[in-house]
Amino acid sequence: MNSLAARRAVNWIMTGLCALALAVALVPLVSLLWLVISRGFAGLSWSFFTAIPAPVGETGGGVGNAIAGTLYIVGIACAIGVPLGVGAGVYLAERGDTRLGDAIRFIAEVLSGVPSIVVGIVAYGLVVIPMRRFSALAGGVALAVLMVPTLARSTEELVRLVPHALREASLALGVPQWRTSLRVVLRTALGGIMTAILLSVARASGETAPLLFTSLNNQYWNWRADQPTASLTVQIFNYAVSPYNEWHDKAWTSALILLLLVGSLALAGRLVARRRVR
Amino acid sequence: MTAAREPERAPESAPARVNVPDRVWSGGLLLLGLAVLVVAAIIVAELVHIGGPAILHTGVVAFVRNSVWDVTRDVFGALPFIYGTLVTSAVALVLALPVSVGLALFLTEMAPPSVRSIVSFPISLLAGIPSVVYGLWGLFVLVPLLRRPVEPLLAKTLGFLPLFQGPPIGLGYLAAGIVLAIMILPTITSIAIEVLQTVPGTLREGALALGATRWEAIRVSVLPYARAGIVGATMLGLGRALGETMAVTMVIGNSPTIRASLFSPGYSLPAVIANEFAEASGDLHTGALAALALLLFAVTVVLNIAARLLVRMSRRGPTRVAA
Repeated sequence: MNSLAARRAVNWIMTGLCALALAVALVPLVSLLWLVISRGFAGLSWSFFTAIPAPVGETGGGVGNAIAGTLYIVGIACAIGVPLGVGAGVYLAERGDTRLGDAIRFIAEVLSGVPSIVVGIVAYGLVVIPMRRFSALAGGVALAVLMVPTLARSTEELVRLVPHALREASLALGVPQWRTSLRVVLRTALGGIMTAILLSVARASGETAPLLFTSLNNQYWNWRADQPTASLTVQIFNYAVSPYNEWHDKAWTSALILLLLVGSLALAGRLVARRRVR
Repeated sequence: MTAAREPERAPESAPARVNVPDRVWSGGLLLLGLAVLVVAAIIVAELVHIGGPAILHTGVVAFVRNSVWDVTRDVFGALPFIYGTLVTSAVALVLALPVSVGLALFLTEMAPPSVRSIVSFPISLLAGIPSVVYGLWGLFVLVPLLRRPVEPLLAKTLGFLPLFQGPPIGLGYLAAGIVLAIMILPTITSIAIEVLQTVPGTLREGALALGATRWEAIRVSVLPYARAGIVGATMLGLGRALGETMAVTMVIGNSPTIRASLFSPGYSLPAVIANEFAEASGDLHTGALAALALLLFAVTVVLNIAARLLVRMSRRGPTRVAA
């Protein structure tokens, strides 16, 4: 009924379809990168990095305050999220082979799937309502809550990669547990943990939804943690949905800057990982 | 609890001497580990605290079933947003699933390892692009493309289906579904690859030794073995699609209506929160939006738990077979 030739034909057709899937997946990526670069490049200038946004109709202006704001908010997020996330990860790797460890691990996994906009509302309730205003701090708290679960999971995996022999050698020499953990295990895993931190910072820098009603936006420079603060992502959103053509151009240029920021963070993470492997 | 356990462990690890720094270190780690639980508790508590009163005010069933969202009259019905979220996610899954699984199969079963290592980079790139940039691309590239050649063409060929009728606006369920498909593709693909890699080589070889072609070996032995894991991967992708905010907000059209046609503008749960929360007109409005977030949270948590269990089960499979 099914001749060998027919079966071979089916085999090749299916192989072709799977290869086609690769092509289909790459088309949007290439299109997106090409457009961000080609449409964004024209607007790049020194003042775009240093100036504050210009009102509609005026030429010039930039997103300097939004770039600074993104770095500021992400910095706050790191200050809160990195110790908690890395610490929880070290706990899971060092003491996590218990029921409690399993529960924490599972909850961290599930939390990493919670939509970021939901986390934004949580930060609103935690910070914006008590302070009675939108603030960089609220944005930082939102991003920190997003960072903790993923950072915990990746830190755990990296700490677990440290060979047991190292730990045993240290303990055999009479070094106490805590010093073994800190000076031997964590020091060995440090490069990997740095990579994990950089990747989660890259992810946090690209978040928009949790910032919409926490750090809100600001047309001016701001360095106070209790004031609304501009961010690159929210600025892109506002420019993109505006009715003005020149603002659309600014959205593309800002997107190019955002991609460069996120990309260089991710690249730095990969480089740290590679250097450590050697 | 820790103190009670300590004496049992002491003999094997150290001489029976209380080591204070070790205890401090253990206790500190435990606190940091518990931080994850605290974060989870805070998320639930805040959502219930802000959103709870609004749900109770409207009534749970009425809130979910009412299709009118009128802020000025304090009428809050979530149905248009639930509908839009489900429709766009369904479109995304229909488009992304075959491509992701095909891509995963191609990379694990068919392509030479060199191709795999080259392609893994752009796929991770796809996962790393911020959603607002996808939204920008969707708004200025995809939507115009849908408006002119694609939607009229679909209407002409498949117009007998209610899904493909109506004016080709561009903004709408279809645009949001396509952008979501692109965004969840790397999620599903990478987990599917992980799952496929756990399929024991002997299964494949057995089928091949019996004279199966490569595709037949995949169909008969690889896919059935990996099914649970691929379903799990799909559910994780679905979870991401349900909660995705920016890209959808920018292309769905933001109209709280329920229409059969994929061409028409709609709204989704995350999109309405994104658009209205910062300027919510009172406690009830804020609460209703938080209630939507609570709903979204509950659904994604349930999905994630189920998906993780499935992926875990299929990951554990091979070790049991080997043992």
